[in-house]
Amino acid sequence: MNKEILILILGMMVVTYIPRMLPLVVLQNLTLPSFLQNVLKNVPYATLGALIIPAVFFIQEDIMFGIIGAVTAFVVAYLGANVIIVVMASIFVLCLYSLLF
Amino acid sequence: MISTTVARRKSEFFSGVQAGITIAIGYFPVALTFGLLAEQTGLTLMETVMMSLFVFAGASQYISLSLIAAGVGVLEIILTTFIVNIRHFLMSASLNEKVEKDSSWKRALYSFGITDETFSVASIKEGTVTTSYMFGLFLISYSSWVINSGIGHVVGVNLPLVLQESMSIALYALFIGLLVPSLKKHRKVISLAAFAAIVNSLFTLTGWLSAGWSIVVATLSSSVMIEWIFTKWKLEVNQDE
Repeated sequence: MNKEILILILGMMVVTYIPRMLPLVVLQNLTLPSFLQNVLKNVPYATLGALIIPAVFFIQEDIMFGIIGAVTAFVVAYLGANVIIVVMASIFVLCLYSLLF
Repeated sequence: MISTTVARRKSEFFSGVQAGITIAIGYFPVALTFGLLAEQTGLTLMETVMMSLFVFAGASQYISLSLIAAGVGVLEIILTTFIVNIRHFLMSASLNEKVEKDSSWKRALYSFGITDETFSVASIKEGTVTTSYMFGLFLISYSSWVINSGIGHVVGVNLPLVLQESMSIALYALFIGLLVPSLKKHRKVISLAAFAAIVNSLFTLTGWLSAGWSIVVATLSSSVMIEWIFTKWKLEVNQDE
């Protein structure tokens, strides 16, 4: 095994693990100001917005691919389906789209 | 008494596993492709699996491959990884508001499993999230990531091209599927997601910030601004009454 790659992997592990671990361990016994608590409760929804847009439009060269997939997911989720169904439906519709066009 | 606690933990663990199945499916094509690219970059099977096993962070693993191929130095790749994954800091702090209190070592252990996907699933879940749930969610996602990286290295991506391309929507469909039910319930959620999406688009499309920083700036500015606006607006409504 290449020693340089091993050092690289261990280094990547350390710099990825520390930000994941610190807040969960350190903040447990602290009570944050309520404004800050509310901000942290907002983070999931803001994160999802930023994770989806704009990246979803660039999953394939054809921008329609991302648009059709995202719209399908949105509609199916809006109708109240479970996330697994949402994922399967988007994949299925995109399969149809690429077979037809 | 003890047996009911064990039973409760077991059922929490399995509900975590169940919630993680969607993530495992979403990781499947991404990890396969990672394995294939790692093989093409010249990493051995052992090195490929070890990277997925120890790092467990999709985007930064992909970036590291292109940097290795470009002959970039180890320190620089590690620094890039840090920047790409700094958003986990925010996610971990947010998750702290959501998970049950437990011993530090257990929290330190499952925190290794925080990714965009596991974080999203856990934090959208109703009510408090238990430690057992986190372990279940983490284990199934992690297994899919590690195993499929190895398979990708050994056999390549042998899926039909149509399916392979279509599966690239999986993780985004997961994110949308998690966001939409909350959109329907709270007006604040729409504002949070939209504001972050706009800020993130602005920074990534203009190239002012790298994707790693852009997500952090978008998430943080949206969470703070919207909280501020809603707090202020509520105060004004109360004063009108």
